[in-house]
Amino acid sequence: MIANKKPSFLSGLLHNQLLIPIAALLLLTVFNLIVDPSFFKITLGTNSDGNPVLSGYLITIIDYGSELAILAIGMTLVTAASGGQDISVGAGIAIAGSVLLRVLCGTESRPETLQTPVFVAFIICCLCAMIAGAFNGALVAFFRIQPMVATLILFTAGRSIAAWVNNNELPIISEKSFTYYGGYLPGIPIPTPFFIALLCFAVTWAVLKFTNLGLYVQAVGINEKTSRLNGLNPELIKFAVYILLGVCVAVCGLIKVSRLSTINYSVIAKDIEMDAILAVALGGNALSGGKFNMGASILGAYVIQFLTTTLYKFDVQSDALSAYKAVVVILLVVMSAPVFREKISSLFRRLRAGSAAA
Amino acid sequence: MSNSGSNRGGLGGRLRKMTDTNLLMSITIIVFIVMYLGAIIFLQKGFLKPQTLFNIMNANAALIIMSCGMTLVMITGGIDISVGGVAALVSMSCAVYLDYHGGNIIGAILISLAIGLAFGLVQGYLVAYLEIQPFIVTLAGMFFARGMTTIVHTNPFNVQNEAFVKLKDARIIVPFLGSVNKHGVYVDAYVEIGVIVALLIVAALYIFLKWGKTGRSFYAVGGNRQSALMLGINVKRVTFLSHLLCGILAGIGGFVYFMHVGSGSASHAMGAEMNAIASSIIGGTMLTGGVGNIIGTLFGVMSLALIQTIVSSVGLDQAWWTGITIAAMLCLFLVVQSIIIARRKKANASAQR
Repeated sequence: MIANKKPSFLSGLLHNQLLIPIAALLLLTVFNLIVDPSFFKITLGTNSDGNPVLSGYLITIIDYGSELAILAIGMTLVTAASGGQDISVGAGIAIAGSVLLRVLCGTESRPETLQTPVFVAFIICCLCAMIAGAFNGALVAFFRIQPMVATLILFTAGRSIAAWVNNNELPIISEKSFTYYGGYLPGIPIPTPFFIALLCFAVTWAVLKFTNLGLYVQAVGINEKTSRLNGLNPELIKFAVYILLGVCVAVCGLIKVSRLSTINYSVIAKDIEMDAILAVALGGNALSGGKFNMGASILGAYVIQFLTTTLYKFDVQSDALSAYKAVVVILLVVMSAPVFREKISSLFRRLRAGSAAA
Repeated sequence: MSNSGSNRGGLGGRLRKMTDTNLLMSITIIVFIVMYLGAIIFLQKGFLKPQTLFNIMNANAALIIMSCGMTLVMITGGIDISVGGVAALVSMSCAVYLDYHGGNIIGAILISLAIGLAFGLVQGYLVAYLEIQPFIVTLAGMFFARGMTTIVHTNPFNVQNEAFVKLKDARIIVPFLGSVNKHGVYVDAYVEIGVIVALLIVAALYIFLKWGKTGRSFYAVGGNRQSALMLGINVKRVTFLSHLLCGILAGIGGFVYFMHVGSGSASHAMGAEMNAIASSIIGGTMLTGGVGNIIGTLFGVMSLALIQTIVSSVGLDQAWWTGITIAAMLCLFLVVQSIIIARRKKANASAQR
């Protein structure tokens, strides 16, 4: 994924995909250092249960960036294989969370104890999210509908389905151990989502390292016909990546629901599809498919959360955040557009020729 | 891809030679009529009153306008999912302008046109001249518009401006179609101004697409960019124009929406982009481009609205049913389209052999 030959450190760095997210990270860091260095302050305190917890903006970034990073893993694969993005992830999280709560609560809406072990509930919610992913995947792979139009169906209907799963009730879980997944484990001051994300990274790394999934996905994304001639089954691979994204969505759903111990169908994971796409774009991956760099996407996700947290710090309303991010997206895609790059380089050439003539 | 309206001959020949878009459009029109007849027979007699139809039109005039813009973009092979966001931004901006800055109606209309034009210009430029995927550009446009709506004003509110309220409550009486209500009093049937605007736009775009030179080139670009280029059509300009028109129509649609609801809110026109896309697709516009029809789109919107009306009058009036029905219907038509495309590809391949 990263270039094999490294002629020199500097040129290797310049041509590395990680350059964009790292540059963005540095930019944000410097900006925050200048405006308000207290942004980087981390304090150790205790929460209401008497557990030690770290708090501070950086911890928030690690905390909330983790779920985004998990989502970015799936989104990167989907982008690479199908050349489009899944915009139903937010709605998917709502469905997954709703199913999870439904299974955990059983027949009551406010149980004192969990009716089912979290593990079993998670498996069921994972299956549901995978079915949602399979629905998207089938439309994209077998019916050849553009990914974003195909996922637009669930994008609209998903939250309605999520509300329908729980009869539009808002179940609340009072069991303490359920909050561990989105909060803190007793005695460990670092938020749990970070560890879940680390686990996901490890699994992804192992899969990409020891199986051909990454290679196949890129092959299908670069040229579907050629990959078919080489004995791959592009439909199956596209279908599979959407199911994989379903798994990522389920993990996110678990974290999201665990944070609140309840769910709000219209607000949960709102606008997260934009963040996930941004993470992929910021990682320097082509949004039209083909080669990808998983590490860059993951780093991109944390940078996006950095941006979000910075904006929050300046009292930007959560509903208004999307406007700023949209501008960032447009800037990123414009900068990576081949036409734009060509124009810029021809401009440089003309300038150089002009200065040489003078 | 073959165009509509080029077939001449007897009825039988016409049926056999019918292009896919005409076929899809006919299916939609027939489905619409059958559904309406079914509703008249099996549901309350309310559907017999012309006013029920007019009410559906009143509520969906804005959607008709937005769907027309969407159809234009989809004919050239693109897509625009920012229309709902633009409509929300327009309604909020107009509301704030009218109530907090003592604005007048003309100014509000100019604002909505300007917002639509701005979105159309920027998105059109990015898609046509910088060759960025239309989906990414307009997705960003959608989020930008929704975010901007909150920045313009946070809380939803009803507009009190007198001139506007007068305009909002203006009714155009449709002669001879009124009905007698349960107290035995004759009530005139009416439509809102928005419906007239929508129908005018539909008529204008129908003429534009059917007989206009630029309109025909929309189909050429959507059908095959390469061939269109070789025919000497300025492909980039046509793509740009389609997004520009869609943006302006979204602005007008936003104002019509605003006239219907009379309030500004960040959650206005939520999911309108989905409805517009669904209407276009149901009306026979293909996602792949090159095929589409404005009249079909009109019936697409009406079919969707009718289904919603039927669903709610059957008693499934919980909010989620609307979303699920539309999604199911869109899904169905998408699959039908994809099968038609596959069939045509196969037919082409066997014809070449």
